[in-house]
Amino acid sequence: MRHCTRIAVGPVQFRIGSDWAAPIAALKTLYAGYPRDDARPADATVRLFAARPWRRWLRPSVHIGGDYIVPDALPLPLSMGLLAAEMGMNLQVALGWRRHMLLHASAVAKDGRAVILSGESGSGKSTLAALLGEKEGGGDWRLMGDEFILIDPQSGDALAFPRAVSLKNEAIAEVEARVDAARLGPLLAGTPKGDIRHLIPRADAIAAMHEPVRPALLLFPRFGGAPSIERIGEGEAFVRLTEASTNYVALGEAGFAAMTRLVRETPAFTIGYPDSASGMAIVEQLWTEAVR
Amino acid sequence: MSAVEALVDLLAGRRDAASLAPRDWDGVVSVARAEALLATLACRLEEAALPPSVAALFADQRAAAAVAQAQALWEAEMARRSLDPAGVEFVLLKGTAYAAADLACAAGRQIGDLDILVPWHDLGRAENLALIDGWEWLKQDDYDDAYYRDHMHELPPLIHKDRDRMIDVHHTILPRTHRITPDALALVGDAIRTPGGFRVLNPADMACHCAAHMLADGDLQGGLRNLWDFHRLTAEFAAADRGFWGKLDARAEVHGLEKPVHRAARLARDLYGAQLPSGWNRIKPGDERYQRRLLARDDWGRATDPLLQQIFYIRSHWLRMPPLMLARHLWTKWRKGRAAI
Repeated sequence: MRHCTRIAVGPVQFRIGSDWAAPIAALKTLYAGYPRDDARPADATVRLFAARPWRRWLRPSVHIGGDYIVPDALPLPLSMGLLAAEMGMNLQVALGWRRHMLLHASAVAKDGRAVILSGESGSGKSTLAALLGEKEGGGDWRLMGDEFILIDPQSGDALAFPRAVSLKNEAIAEVEARVDAARLGPLLAGTPKGDIRHLIPRADAIAAMHEPVRPALLLFPRFGGAPSIERIGEGEAFVRLTEASTNYVALGEAGFAAMTRLVRETPAFTIGYPDSASGMAIVEQLWTEAVR
Repeated sequence: MSAVEALVDLLAGRRDAASLAPRDWDGVVSVARAEALLATLACRLEEAALPPSVAALFADQRAAAAVAQAQALWEAEMARRSLDPAGVEFVLLKGTAYAAADLACAAGRQIGDLDILVPWHDLGRAENLALIDGWEWLKQDDYDDAYYRDHMHELPPLIHKDRDRMIDVHHTILPRTHRITPDALALVGDAIRTPGGFRVLNPADMACHCAAHMLADGDLQGGLRNLWDFHRLTAEFAAADRGFWGKLDARAEVHGLEKPVHRAARLARDLYGAQLPSGWNRIKPGDERYQRRLLARDDWGRATDPLLQQIFYIRSHWLRMPPLMLARHLWTKWRKGRAAI
């Protein structure tokens, strides 16, 4: 392909090729602070391409391909090439990664222990993790990722996948107010997922991305309504997490063993919260009360 | 050297894995994935010296293939529990058969749907039994449904509502409208039993079906994988039985598949280094075009040579249907495609 780059996020080395220069340039800016090892073979390949040669220039629209493809995925306009690249990277991991059990979740870590937040899109898990990762003073949380958390089937440890965080809609303003503008990507307005702006994780979170941590808390957040904390049993946590895992079935017995161990060893709660501040307070409260 | 050539050389054992530069693996892995040969390659290179990240990726692939194979065999067991008690005997085909018979080509082989062959007279009963036990019609329109039933070699695909796995119930191995009509009764009648109690085609028929599937029934998509199957099958059978190639010749003649079988053997020789007996060891014009079609992938795993692909696509339809029917079929499909826009 005409333009390409390599990016390592957590344990995954990506090779990303594109028919256009712009998405690659945007990626290079966003991931400039990530460690690079250009001699390492890629684990996953992403391709951003024009369906027909002339569509490179004429009404350019970006198709997402790679090792794995979703046949009916819609192309995006070139102005959203960065989003296409991110979607492509997520897709390759979701469908192709087998080394770890994948949880569609966000997570933060402190003192070698992780809080894993799992929930549907809109539950606020990304925002909560991003804000905890930025917390000044009292918190020294490190952001582990807002898309996937990887569970090592052998050790039971959680591994980070700190891709640039995709902030959506209201979360954008909330984070813009707290961080240096240099850590934010361009605003992608009116995407199929609403407005999106990427946040580059803090340098220490990127530097520590290869350090495994023990899962300490499983949280299932729900944005909106009165603050609430409810302990849930192993069975319910198991079922919720199998739904949040893209490769649980494909891993077979190894996936079952990893999932069983995770829910047995990690206390799980559903939490409700009306705003980010109370959400963060609930996480801190559970951290002091429930983490042994 | 292109990635697809490197892949073929690695599979054939002509090239040492250590001779590849670390970044050469990018293309090899992408092409192998696109050709559904990545886990096969991982099994092939289990003992090789590899860059650490490739070794880790290959270990993942081997583990995943083992899980997928267990799932495929479980699905075969489910079919057995549905059909056997009613006395509907079926023969496993393709990947599931290779795994059930524990053949060398099963190592790392991707298995998609469960393909089974039942005698024509049991087709209706097999369908009913499957429907009773939880398989359902995949959403299809009336034209497609009728097309399968009137002209194809299998029922419209069924999917299990709980396990989400597809089953293809065949009554023969090439479309009914195909220029070649294999002897379906002989295929079922001369099937053999595996130690696990499943029925699979006998070695010569298995190789015939593999060649028919690759060369007579399709546009050679996934051809490298099918050719690898053919190569490994014939090598293994010939090693166990010195008369195998002769039996294969005789059986190919029974089914009218001499040309595809011989061509598959020559392609296996040219790409994977198969050893052929003297009668098979010829050079035919046209083979080169097939080779080019099989190797049409760039280092990003993308299909190349669209014109050649189109020619093979048209050829596959030409073989499958008489001209008038083909014209009618393409007309209906074209109109349906327009209506969808």
